[in-house]
Amino acid sequence: MDAFIIILTGSLVAVSCALLGSFLVLRKMAMIGDAISHSVLPGIVIAFLLVGSMQSVWMIIGAGLLGVLTTFLIEFFHQKGRLQTDASIGVTFTWLFALGVILVTYYAGNAHIDQDCILHGEIAYVPIDLMYDSAGNAIGPKAVIVLSIVLALIVAFIIVFYKELFITTFDPAFSNAIGISSSRWHYVLMGLVSLTTVASFESVGAILVVALLIAPASSAYLITRDLKWMLVLSSIFGVVSSFLGYWLSYLLDGSIAGAMVTISGAIFGTCYLVTVSRK
Amino acid sequence: METLIEFFSFEYPNIKYVVFGTILLSISSAVVGCFTFIKKKSLVGDVVSHAVLPGICISFLASGSKDPFLLIVGAFVSGWISIIVMDAIIKNTKLKEDAATGLSLSVFFGIGILLMTYIQHSGNASQSGLDTFLFGKAAALVGMDLLAFSIIAVMVLIVVFIFYKEFKLISFDPQFAKVIGLPIQRLEVLLTSITVLAVVTGIQAVGVVLMAAMLITPAAAARFWTNRLSKMLLISSVFGAFSGISGAFISYSTPSMPTGPWMVMILSIIALFSFFFAPGRGIVINQWRRFKIQSQLLEENLLKAFFKIGESSGNFFMEVEANDLRLVRTFSSGQLSRGLRKLSTNGYVEKAGNSWKLSIEGHDKGKRITRLHRLWELYLTKYLRIAPDHVHEDADTIEHVITPELERRLEKLLDYPTSDPHQSAIPTR
Repeated sequence: MDAFIIILTGSLVAVSCALLGSFLVLRKMAMIGDAISHSVLPGIVIAFLLVGSMQSVWMIIGAGLLGVLTTFLIEFFHQKGRLQTDASIGVTFTWLFALGVILVTYYAGNAHIDQDCILHGEIAYVPIDLMYDSAGNAIGPKAVIVLSIVLALIVAFIIVFYKELFITTFDPAFSNAIGISSSRWHYVLMGLVSLTTVASFESVGAILVVALLIAPASSAYLITRDLKWMLVLSSIFGVVSSFLGYWLSYLLDGSIAGAMVTISGAIFGTCYLVTVSRK
Repeated sequence: METLIEFFSFEYPNIKYVVFGTILLSISSAVVGCFTFIKKKSLVGDVVSHAVLPGICISFLASGSKDPFLLIVGAFVSGWISIIVMDAIIKNTKLKEDAATGLSLSVFFGIGILLMTYIQHSGNASQSGLDTFLFGKAAALVGMDLLAFSIIAVMVLIVVFIFYKEFKLISFDPQFAKVIGLPIQRLEVLLTSITVLAVVTGIQAVGVVLMAAMLITPAAAARFWTNRLSKMLLISSVFGAFSGISGAFISYSTPSMPTGPWMVMILSIIALFSFFFAPGRGIVINQWRRFKIQSQLLEENLLKAFFKIGESSGNFFMEVEANDLRLVRTFSSGQLSRGLRKLSTNGYVEKAGNSWKLSIEGHDKGKRITRLHRLWELYLTKYLRIAPDHVHEDADTIEHVITPELERRLEKLLDYPTSDPHQSAIPTR
């Protein structure tokens, strides 16, 4: 049962990430996703300090705000300060991450977050951390419930706004011309990335979220030219990574999240070899 | 204050070592960072710092020891492989730099985490200490570790010193470097190698995630203060060294405070200050300049509108209501009140009840702008053979920047014309 819950959690994270990651890769913004996944940390800590509990809603709001702020700062330094994008990303996310770590260390006594969980999370604890209804009965593991809601939200978002996402991704100039603001959709997308990052945070950690955002989407991008297929394939790759990753971590007795990423890397390697040999 | 004196007297040899070590590491990464910054490959540092983890784990697994030199060799090799992988992805697939960077970074790190947890769970007692590579521990820079890292940092600096000119060329203009016969391939390998080395040693102080900042932030900050590479290297080293000392001091005076994140915090504060307030390139000064130019344009356009009204009515000094100016050209009401207020403080217009009228100076200035506008329109139609109905926009921008000297030359070239392509009179000087 525990194995099933862990694989399910992993799949939920991987599919959410793969769907959003597809848009990030197509928009050439993979590294902004990376930056967001690090800089949500101070948002989470500040939300925790203000509210005083690990309630998901506040954390998600805090992280979401920080994610959008990060995107804004990167753009701001790039446009107004004429700082090249790579440096703008690098300066912004390390600064916010350092702020987060300092806050965590300062309030280490009462925060249940430490650097380890930020970096690689611990998916193995998911089955133990249950959510209770008002009568005190367990209704299921908290992470599974939260992540299911996030995934449902993302899927609904993509289905409803598929046209807008499609057009702002592939032809921002045209979309602006017909009145669909590409920068507004940019921020909406980045808000969703922050949401996913923070929801996946405790189970897989910040850096591995990045891997799940980029690797399955990039693999799918190599072997298809159709956006719908890319979304489907990257989700499948995500689920496969979760299954095989669990098996690999069982074999090596190592981190489940690390193993999932290793597998998604291997999937990318396979897709890479296939495309290169076809040339 | 006492803590400060105590700190800088280096009473405890331990402090001396830690300060010395962090300064050296900060400087070597700040110097190398300048080159990656110029090549617009700043995030390479981020990739390498994540990618060293599997190398460290493998060399630990293979040797079973924590000998810093062995771990550095492992880290160096896997850092290099990550760069090769990244370049191969960019070269051979349709994926772009951002995806290749993120992919290489996160997958290598994932493998590293898997290996590290494997080592931890296999119950190897001596593994404790491998994770200082993850989070960094500047205060633990003592003995053999300090020696190893200092030697490498000094080596990096010496290489940069010797190959300064070559690195400068391949960073700014690889084509030219190739033409004059420099062995770019080998120089690139050397530059990448010292980048990897700088990252490998720096991680010990600040950890995997924040290592990127040690490379990028001082260089980005220094860029705002100078246009010369030699000065940039110097300034970014000073920033790096300063952050090293202050980081060490903060964690000395408040032991619960981590050194690495504070070093990055101080660097970031310096960088943010530079972004906003550096003279020449800073955001504040730039916005101020833009504001100045925009208000100059607004004032000149208003004067031109006054002049045109005067032209059609035959009386340049008649009283004009603010709204009448809008018949000549679109102004927002904010622009109108702002511009008119500015013009009246400068003595170009005078307020008379609800209306405004030009002063002599205002009339002359309005006349000159109109004149330049029409001269330019004529020049465009006559010499560039542009249709008369296409020249207005261009003249509208250029009229604000034509100098008196250029004005005279235009006049002469056009043989002192009296009317523009739309048969409006060109006012005399």
